[in-house]
Amino acid sequence: MNDYEVVIGLEVHVQVKANSKMFTRVKTGFGHPENTLTDPVVLALPGVLPVMNHAALDAIIKSGLLLSCDIAPYCKWDRKNYFYPDSPKNYQITQYDKPICLRGNVEIELPGSARNVMGEHKLIPLTRIHLEEDVGKLNHAAFDSLIDYNRAGTPLMEIVTDPAMQSADEAFAFLTALKTVMVYGGISDCDMEKGQMRCDANISIRPKGQEQLGTKVELKNLNSISYVRDGISHEILRQLSLVKSGGKIVQETRDYDGQTGTSQSLRTKEDAHDYRYFPDPDLMPVKVDEAWKARLKAECPEMPFDKQRRFMKEYDIPYTITSVLIPDKSLSDYFEATAKLCGQAHAAGNWIANDLLREIGKSGESIDQCKIKPNHLAALIKLITAGTISTTAAREVFSEMASTGELPEKIVERKGLTASASSDDLETWCKDSIASDPKALAEFKAGKDSAINAFKGPVMKAAKGKANPKLVDETLRRLLAL
Amino acid sequence: MSADKIDINHLAKLARINLTEQEKERFAAQLGDVLNYIAELKEVDVTGIEPTAHASPVYNVWAEDIAKPGLSVTEALQNAPAQRDNMIVVPKVVE
Repeated sequence: MNDYEVVIGLEVHVQVKANSKMFTRVKTGFGHPENTLTDPVVLALPGVLPVMNHAALDAIIKSGLLLSCDIAPYCKWDRKNYFYPDSPKNYQITQYDKPICLRGNVEIELPGSARNVMGEHKLIPLTRIHLEEDVGKLNHAAFDSLIDYNRAGTPLMEIVTDPAMQSADEAFAFLTALKTVMVYGGISDCDMEKGQMRCDANISIRPKGQEQLGTKVELKNLNSISYVRDGISHEILRQLSLVKSGGKIVQETRDYDGQTGTSQSLRTKEDAHDYRYFPDPDLMPVKVDEAWKARLKAECPEMPFDKQRRFMKEYDIPYTITSVLIPDKSLSDYFEATAKLCGQAHAAGNWIANDLLREIGKSGESIDQCKIKPNHLAALIKLITAGTISTTAAREVFSEMASTGELPEKIVERKGLTASASSDDLETWCKDSIASDPKALAEFKAGKDSAINAFKGPVMKAAKGKANPKLVDETLRRLLAL
Repeated sequence: MSADKIDINHLAKLARINLTEQEKERFAAQLGDVLNYIAELKEVDVTGIEPTAHASPVYNVWAEDIAKPGLSVTEALQNAPAQRDNMIVVPKVVE
């Protein structure tokens, strides 16, 4: 097993988030009643002509800019001819020899040695990205098939990597990273369950040191990011055991079934398609000038990994927190806004990664719908730091903010949560607490500073959470020093 | 490529049409003529001429991404030879 190396290339289809289809203006969408998103162009009725979707072109050029591709100054459309009922025209409009984006790369992060350790980063080179139209959906019944053309004609990008990945983990990391970039750029939501991102993998193995690539097998129907990883792992093992037992790998397309974790051959090289590509005479070519690229460049967001590195450097927050914030652009923007408002990035990161995520997880809201805005959270953090409220009280304020959307100061006032215990009471509670825990007292006297925390709980409890934590600490220290 | 190089059986298969022997002969000859014509065009010296996919120098013909109403299901399916559950019925295909 160790004398072989694995070579993987991916072909990823990503649906562009657009209102209308690639070559006609009927609506796009998922989950609509069957055949309600069609028009004469989608159905290829006689006499219709395709007209390009400007926004879809913007989306692919933007993708190319985000992924450091070369944007072709000139590209054209080709017809890929084949008979299959998912495509009513009997051809698909795509880009054959002149794609819009060439080369480029996707930065990926491999799993680290532990959850809190950043993994190795790598650049996976891309071959090309082109634009085409999606096909309809076939539903297979017992004796026939049923077609829904709602998906047909949806703008679709095909992103092709070089054969440059060496493990299922890398392929998994690639899709995760690509999805994050697409979501950041507002290009696609890449929801694999809705078919917005789909992946085929070309997998081969070769003896280590051999330059020539081995015979490749194309794996289809990898319908979730986990299935991609499982399917590739399964295929690598299949090929290795085949070669080990003296067998020969044949070039073929295999269908992976994620439910059963098995694959079966769909077709071999002998029945490979002959698509007879030729330029589509119905569509004019596209020229991309510098002004167009500059307009889109200005819309490009900071790339996710760049943002993560910046957060760790600029705000000095730990990797674990950034890895929670970064995959969600809104959440990372929320963090940055809060950190700037309160000047306490650590506290902001912790509140967001723990309390805020729990809160929106519970309510099922998106971060944008959440009633607690960055200015609410920043104000709350400031109240804690100033010693106006205890952490316990802060949690209560937090829950209250989530349901009412009030500012924390108002809630503190309304509920009388100010850390307002009188100094006499506080002194008594502190004395009692010290007296009741001789073990912690001995530890503290022996020089273990953190042992002081053991006295704080009972004080807070006695104060019903309303004691000023700063004052508690100070009082305890004063008493302990006596 | 001339007429004798055309694999008319392969072409017929790709086009999903059945041809009689006479038709095969006739179409192979016609397609051969087309190819001979292309061969003739290939003789022209095009040094220094940029290749193009279109005769007219028109580019970037597009529409803005504003959705418009499409067809109703009834309209969409009215030409379908067979339909069920608002979908078009075709012979079972698996790929």
